[in-house]
Amino acid sequence: MPTPETPSPLDADAVGVALTAALEAVAGADSLDALAGVRIAHTGDKSPLALANRAIGALAPADKATAGKLVGSSRGRLNAAIAARQGELEAERDEQVLRTEAVDVTIPVDRAPLGSRHPLDSLMDEVADFFVGMGWEIAEGPELEHEWFNFDALNFGPDHPARQMQDTFFIDPASAAEHLVLRTHTSPVQARTLLTRDLPVYIACPGKVFRTDELDATHTPVFHQVEGLAVDKGLTMANLTGTLDHFARAMFGPEAKTRLRPSFFPFTEPSAEMDLWFPAKKGGPGWIEWGGCGMVNPNVLRACGIDPDVYSGFAFGMGIERTLMLRHDITDMHDIIEGDIRFSQEGQR
Amino acid sequence: MPYVVPSWLRDHVEIPVGTTAAQLAADLVRVGLEEEAVHAAGVTGPLVVGRVLEVNPEPQKNGKTINWCRVDVGAHNNADGSGRGIVCGAHNFAAGDSVVVALPGAVLPGDFAIAARKTYGHVSDGMICSESELGLGEGHEGIIVLEDAPAPGTDAIALLGLGEEVLEINVTPDRGYCFSVRGVAREYGHSTGAAFTDHGLPGPDLPSGNDAGFAVELADDAPIHGVPGADRFVARIVRGVDTTAPTPDWMATRLRQAGMRPISLAVDITNYVMLDLGQPLHAYDLATLAAPIVVRRARAGERLTTLDDVTRTLDAEDLLITDSPDAPGSRILGIAGVMGGADTEVTDATTDVLIEAAHFDQISVARSARRHKLPSEAAKRFERGVDTALQAVAAQRVVDLLVQFAGGSPDAGVTDLDRTTAPEPIAIDVTLPGRLVGVEYSAETVIATLESLGALVVTGGAELLVTPPTWRADLTEPADLVEEVVRLQGYDRVPSVLPAAPPGGRGLSLTQRRRRRVASLLADSGLTQVLTYPFMASSRHDDLALPEGDPRRRAVRLANPLSEAMPYLRTSLLHTLVDAAVRNVGRGLTDVAIYEIGMVTRPDGAGHPSPLPPTGVRPSDADLDAIRAAVPAQPLRVAGVLAGSLVPPGVYTQARRADHADAIALVHRIAQATGVTPVVEADTESLPWHPGRCARFTTPDGVLLGHAGELAPKVTAALGLPARTVAFEVDLDALFDAAPSEPKQIPPLSTFPAAKEDIALVVDAGTPVADVLAAVREGAGDLAEDVHLFDIYTGESVGEGKASMAFSLRLRAADRTLTAADTAQVRDAVVALAGERLGARLRA
Repeated sequence: MPTPETPSPLDADAVGVALTAALEAVAGADSLDALAGVRIAHTGDKSPLALANRAIGALAPADKATAGKLVGSSRGRLNAAIAARQGELEAERDEQVLRTEAVDVTIPVDRAPLGSRHPLDSLMDEVADFFVGMGWEIAEGPELEHEWFNFDALNFGPDHPARQMQDTFFIDPASAAEHLVLRTHTSPVQARTLLTRDLPVYIACPGKVFRTDELDATHTPVFHQVEGLAVDKGLTMANLTGTLDHFARAMFGPEAKTRLRPSFFPFTEPSAEMDLWFPAKKGGPGWIEWGGCGMVNPNVLRACGIDPDVYSGFAFGMGIERTLMLRHDITDMHDIIEGDIRFSQEGQR
Repeated sequence: MPYVVPSWLRDHVEIPVGTTAAQLAADLVRVGLEEEAVHAAGVTGPLVVGRVLEVNPEPQKNGKTINWCRVDVGAHNNADGSGRGIVCGAHNFAAGDSVVVALPGAVLPGDFAIAARKTYGHVSDGMICSESELGLGEGHEGIIVLEDAPAPGTDAIALLGLGEEVLEINVTPDRGYCFSVRGVAREYGHSTGAAFTDHGLPGPDLPSGNDAGFAVELADDAPIHGVPGADRFVARIVRGVDTTAPTPDWMATRLRQAGMRPISLAVDITNYVMLDLGQPLHAYDLATLAAPIVVRRARAGERLTTLDDVTRTLDAEDLLITDSPDAPGSRILGIAGVMGGADTEVTDATTDVLIEAAHFDQISVARSARRHKLPSEAAKRFERGVDTALQAVAAQRVVDLLVQFAGGSPDAGVTDLDRTTAPEPIAIDVTLPGRLVGVEYSAETVIATLESLGALVVTGGAELLVTPPTWRADLTEPADLVEEVVRLQGYDRVPSVLPAAPPGGRGLSLTQRRRRRVASLLADSGLTQVLTYPFMASSRHDDLALPEGDPRRRAVRLANPLSEAMPYLRTSLLHTLVDAAVRNVGRGLTDVAIYEIGMVTRPDGAGHPSPLPPTGVRPSDADLDAIRAAVPAQPLRVAGVLAGSLVPPGVYTQARRADHADAIALVHRIAQATGVTPVVEADTESLPWHPGRCARFTTPDGVLLGHAGELAPKVTAALGLPARTVAFEVDLDALFDAAPSEPKQIPPLSTFPAAKEDIALVVDAGTPVADVLAAVREGAGDLAEDVHLFDIYTGESVGEGKASMAFSLRLRAADRTLTAADTAQVRDAVVALAGERLGARLRA
């Protein structure tokens, strides 16, 4: 490389030419390597501006300041330009690296596959959350139950026709004890709770129940109910209706509503069948039977040692399967109960 | 359940003309009588009365003989007035008989369209109908021959009641009186305000009982629950009747519409009056009876052949109707209120008839009907309660109808043993209905509503004294009267008022939250939740290879299982969960990882006698304890079964089969999420597990939590599960019991630097990692923040029969930066303890 000519540090034009040449070289550097070469050529010891800078030492003291200013500012501009270009080129390089690292993010990845809850169990959680949200508590009881809790405590006497209509699974006494049944409803939890908790009581009891129905598209011998029970001073049938409407809206949307029809259950008096209306019902908005309810029969309160002249209460129960089928338009009970994993997985999609 | 025939109902209550069955259903459901079904009119088109003019038998080649008939069908005859030619295969009629003819254009049940068609060489211009062809039942052979028929050409649809829709309703157990047209009509009146006429009240001409009637003795010496089995017995006699006289068509029609088959005049009349008024009745051939009739309990070993030709051994609780040919009560005539016997039936030879109208105890009848599996029409009514004031009225109706249609004359002697008690008055505060329902009913409304039921209401200040009518034995308490008020005033008047939020709601319990945590954790870990029935065969214990005497073999058995093959309740979740795994694999879902949370039943085999205290009274604490103790333990469990790939093959991942370690890790996760650090040991003896690949989990206190690992090969083979299926089952009750109930205390976090230290220990191969890990942790002491096994190596360099276990330790002090001397000390302590306890040495 030929020794460059040293521009006079007092010759503004000569310094300017050197600077311009340097700036053009910086601008023209198209890679970090090229820029490194430009840096050596234009800021190195042998570069024109470095030589000019060095020549300042030989000037008369009076000229030193002027020359220093001229050369110094030129070198400052050049260094700034190099730094800026360096930044640009580094950014370009980084960007290029990231581009080459690109992958197909649409490739399905399942390193730890997600499972799923059973829709019925999830719905029971949702139901429980609804009641807890109202300040109620969740109570539980055994599925294999004593007849007294399943029937007598609930005012079904041993010869009551309603007791015969319950399609009960009885237990062979030799295999356990006498007077045992698979509970036919979640209502025995009423008596278990009232016997042990202090009043007032506001509870919901979701759980498994059993009837001797053969499995078909709409029946299953093992199914689930949620029972609601409130016992307090001054509770009315209007409170029952209000609670049911609120529950219906939580389950079936803000337009849902309920209506009551007179009926009979030994453990409630007055008793009612409850119909549900909701706009999304399959086949168009309309009424469909949802559960049973009523005011707690005084005999149930008495069986639990509660004075029916002081306390009143209401109770209701509905099928979880039925609720699930209505909400999700499930047409065949087999799908719910057979344990096919597709049902649970479909339920959470 | 009862059938409501609109035209029959009109005998009792004013129903607007043109009321459809659907409208009737809507009116009745408002007062609590639910629609079960609407039975549509089965026949449309021309169905008329025909008179047979000629019957010409014509033998056929196939051996049958058909009748080529000419039938007069009045206005429907051919233009020349010659009647119509019809081919008929039946032979139970002759020229001159009146029959029912379906003319071309008629449609019979089953969408059977009638047209003129060529058959057996004739054009048959219609069809002579049998009962079954018209949907009237399978009772009679051959075609219908009408007695006292109207003129040929008369519409037979109306005559046979075929044009009328019939409503079938569901009657709840408290409304026994609605098993009658009378009762339903009353309810229709309540619902619509239509005028109701009560045909069940005694009229002024009703003869009262006297001493000249047939002798009857009510001799129940063993009343059930202190109530006499029979408290009223009316007997009436009609002599000189022609029991062969035909049942009038209108009555036969109504019986058919109500779902009963006409049989013979006397029986039809008793059935008709029962359907109409609700009083079960029985007719005897008087000539066969030997006075007195005695109503008594059965004696052990007595037998009776009932009208259905079944010989039944009687129970000492059965109430019997007997007569006295040899001694008082020596011959059994029937089970009271349930079914009669054949000896004293009315036959064609009967001339004198005795009619029984009695009142029997609900419970006595219910038990006998259940015991002998005889849910007869009479039993259905008695077990729900029959009006105690109805017997004489109903008997009189039977007498009147017999005289009208069978001739004869009633005896002046009337038996009426009446020991019924009047209904007890109920005291009720007139404001109670309003207070309990949340609607302001005026006192006038309450009183008027109760009176409209037939109750007698005496007012005295705020308290009413309400005597229910005799047909409402279900009304015994103020709450019952409240229901009547709200029912008759309309359930739709009850407003919707959400009660105030109860005080003191505490949210989900800790156990309930933990159960949810476990459920979500397993779903998040890739398992799918399923629900299985708890029923199983006893052979399932064998499938699981459970040894004889294993407590899991002690299962509760259903007395009435749906399937005799599956009579037991599961004693572990795996007993039934494996079925779901097999089913999924069978459906091509070969990568299956499922779990279930549910109860199992674990009887202790101790028997546990318990009482069955009566309704409406709080049992003693001792009785309640005995009742609770009789219920077998039903621990809450979680179980999982995993087969096939847990991780599917993918671009970035290789497929990974679920193995024993997955099952074990899941149990660790469940325990960890619950705040329990379980003790894990190899379990080489428990089935259904692989003896070398099963971990037993216990609490630090030694309570068994459960097992996890691979199922034994013979078990997977017996169940049809894929080889190497893995599983786990954990007792959540035990786990939650062991879990902390108080908030866990969290120490302050040291911010001094950590020192990392790896230590490899050489131990005898087969030494459980858990033991080595425990030694490392203990040896490292408080400075060890984390201890982690990262490798196990066996090979030449560690020597035959040895294994090297490499642990990485993260050490940190609470108050200073650790020095090299500190970490060396930890290392030395670990090696020393492991050496002393397990013979371990530091790997060179």
